[in-house]
Amino acid sequence: MNTYVTQSKPVRGAVTNVSRRGVLLGLAAGTFALSVQLPLPASAEEKLYGGAGMPGGIKDDPRIFLTIEEDGTVRLLCNRAEMGQGVRTGWATVIADELEADLARIRVEQAPGNEALYGNQNTDGSRSMRHHFQPLRRIGAAARAMLEQEAAARWDVPVEEVRASGHKVTHANSDRSFGFGELALAAAERDVPATAELVFKAPEDFQHIGKENINNVDNLDITTGKPIYGIDKQLDGLVYAVIARPPVYGGKVKSFDDAEARKVPGVIEILEIDTPDIPSAFLPLGGIAVVAENTFAANKARLLLEIEWDAGGNQGYDSTEYRKTLEAAAEQPGEVMRNDGDVDAALAEAANRISASYYLPHLAHASMEPPSATARFADGKCEVWTSVQAPEALREDLIKRFELAPENAVIHSMLLGGGFGRKSKPDYASEAAIISKALDGRPVKLTFTREDDIQHDFFHAVSVERLEGGLDENGKTVAWLHRTVAPSIGSTFAPDVVHQSPFELGMGAVDNPFDIPNLRVENPEAAAHTRIGWFRSVYNIPHAFAVQSFAAELAAAAGRDHREYLLELLGPDRKISRAAMNDTAVYGEDPELYPYDTARLRKVIEAATEAAGWGRDLPEGKGLGLAAHHSFVSYTAVVVEVDVKDGALTFPRVDIAFDCGAVISPDRVRAQLEGAVVQGVSLATLGEISFKDGVPEQSNFDGFELTRIDASPVEIHTHLVPSLDYDSPLGGVGEPGLPPVAPAITNAIFAATGKRIRALPIRDQFV
Amino acid sequence: MVEFNVNGTKHSFDGDPETPLLWYLRDLAGMPGTKFGCGLGLCGACTVHLDGVAARSCQTWVSDLDGVEVTTIEGLSEDGNHPVQVAWRELNVAQCGYCQPGQIMQAASLLSETPDPSDDDINASMSGNICRCGTYPRIRAAIKLAAERAGQ
Repeated sequence: MNTYVTQSKPVRGAVTNVSRRGVLLGLAAGTFALSVQLPLPASAEEKLYGGAGMPGGIKDDPRIFLTIEEDGTVRLLCNRAEMGQGVRTGWATVIADELEADLARIRVEQAPGNEALYGNQNTDGSRSMRHHFQPLRRIGAAARAMLEQEAAARWDVPVEEVRASGHKVTHANSDRSFGFGELALAAAERDVPATAELVFKAPEDFQHIGKENINNVDNLDITTGKPIYGIDKQLDGLVYAVIARPPVYGGKVKSFDDAEARKVPGVIEILEIDTPDIPSAFLPLGGIAVVAENTFAANKARLLLEIEWDAGGNQGYDSTEYRKTLEAAAEQPGEVMRNDGDVDAALAEAANRISASYYLPHLAHASMEPPSATARFADGKCEVWTSVQAPEALREDLIKRFELAPENAVIHSMLLGGGFGRKSKPDYASEAAIISKALDGRPVKLTFTREDDIQHDFFHAVSVERLEGGLDENGKTVAWLHRTVAPSIGSTFAPDVVHQSPFELGMGAVDNPFDIPNLRVENPEAAAHTRIGWFRSVYNIPHAFAVQSFAAELAAAAGRDHREYLLELLGPDRKISRAAMNDTAVYGEDPELYPYDTARLRKVIEAATEAAGWGRDLPEGKGLGLAAHHSFVSYTAVVVEVDVKDGALTFPRVDIAFDCGAVISPDRVRAQLEGAVVQGVSLATLGEISFKDGVPEQSNFDGFELTRIDASPVEIHTHLVPSLDYDSPLGGVGEPGLPPVAPAITNAIFAATGKRIRALPIRDQFV
Repeated sequence: MVEFNVNGTKHSFDGDPETPLLWYLRDLAGMPGTKFGCGLGLCGACTVHLDGVAARSCQTWVSDLDGVEVTTIEGLSEDGNHPVQVAWRELNVAQCGYCQPGQIMQAASLLSETPDPSDDDINASMSGNICRCGTYPRIRAAIKLAAERAGQ
């Protein structure tokens, strides 16, 4: 079998034993021998891609991730954060198949933060399954081989005569079998087979991978209220903290008076936390911390603090003014990031020229579980229980901040009540640790109230996208100019960053697949005045909104059907090299493995439009809108049906077609797409954070509104492009569903009403 | 001093009378199944039952609970098999799952009052509960599934 193997990052020196607990009965109990599976060190010049190119690389030794108890229970360590994307279910699904284990007897546990041991743990970029599917297969297949070898040795029969299946190893010739639990301890002492010796299950034999009927492994805990999230951690003697942070980004405490606050019953301590200089990366913002016997008392006391702030340089930040700044920048040339043909000449000669400017505001992440962490800093050891997307980022911060030996920074990863990018930044967990240390090691739970969460988010960037197109006398688009203007996330890390980074531009701006001979992408300057930190799908949201809106505007200018015109813009089926698009990022993947395959985008467009009944007669006030987008190396198309009547906008039906390559957990993929549609409706119709005097004007769900069940699409139909090609590189799942939703909605409103909406949120612009 | 029951167990409280039930449950009683979402009654994550009817625990003072029977997600059913919980699992409603205890408590209250709810009934009852992951289509389907089972 020809497998796609992600190369592991070279490992040098000894790797410590993985005895996480006192006694382990099973594979993880074995002595870690560096005998297998370590590829030759790559030369310094060789660029690594995918999981191998990320800090910590990929680990695939079964003894790190699998423990089989005497009773046969398989404990599987998941080294990626679970935030609703279903990674834990995906992990168990793959292992069940390759290990030949009973899925119901696999217990998934979260790996502690430790990338040296577990490989890269940064859960963002829709990478978890795409980087770990093959490593998980290797883990499962290697452990299965070790169990089979152990059974064969005990029976003194050739290993070819035994077979693992149904959580046991059987020797059919003699009708004997051993349960996994009986074999595990001794099997763990065996050498882990080399990858080349592994025998993988053929996709047609999969019992779980790619099957629709796999349940979420956390269903029971979730529906019965088990304390599984970071905010749920309980410890003896726990105290509770909130922090009054500088209202304006970059502000500092000038002075404060806590006399009244200290009178609140239950208040234990009030202390100042240092404010950092900006840009402050992922550091805590500092401020005045209030510690009390419960969160309510801490919050009540915080309201009584009298704090004088030095607001700093961002106190003039005003969204209305900033929009004008971005729009003015978009009228001027910017740094050229892609330049095909001669756009200026083609525009000058065009029979028809149109242009449009699109505006998308800041967004807050607003995961339902706000940022929260519990820390205990005692006896030189800092332990944190929290829900973070990037535990290693937290661990590194703690090691550096407190000058700890690595083994004294312990991150217990718990489930995330949503993340969407916010919990890639561990500032809140650092805050908990700082407070616990100040309290001589008392365990502290730090909670962001919803107001803290929305006012002190890392905000999804505001953006102006200006498009100009030239059509020839036949209505064919011959020139395309895209100016994208928005503060970069780079501004959160370094001063004076005014241009988008290649990875941001490679999210739907430069990687434009349209078959247009003259195409230029420019990036004028935009300075940040708040902390930028992207929301799910990142820069694909503004880029897809602009590109897919403008494609529809070009179709309208040409008097053509949008679907037909979009397919023509896409041009003949071809695999476009990333270099040809000046896309140097490719989501961290090898550009050779992931060319832009226009046939895949065409097929999802065809699938979504066919399912939606594109072209069908609709009553007045109804319309169908289409948008398609490639992101996170997957392909998505969305058709939204809108109903605009009596001053109301409703969504009777949405069809979303998706190609991420072969699918591991179809139900979880469908769930991600359904969620992306609802979240897309939410950001398109309601989502906005606006600034006045440097402060967000929204602070809770009354101001930062989210779509509720009564405004959710009535029917969402998900269409997965079927594939049994489990050897080809996979695409991402968590994020690519979202970007085309908003432009599909505004395109549908245009179809229904003739009104073109170019600024989000839509609110009542459809009226 | 107020006395009330939580999931059939007697509790008493004489702390700050303004303490919301939410924080009593989470921080003082060690029952974190009831979730904090907004603190203003805007999101429904903290929904519990007071004498069988859904209420936002973040907007309920413990001092007002004298003699009240509080039910939380931990006590909705003995074995986790309330018809709503079963339907939720069967349709794999949850993504991150954080809002789902509140959604389930709200749905259970809806079905106890309106055993066969229409879409409008579901909208009216459930639109106070936000799900950021966007599980609404499955929430609706699961409520209908639970209602259908109960009606059989």
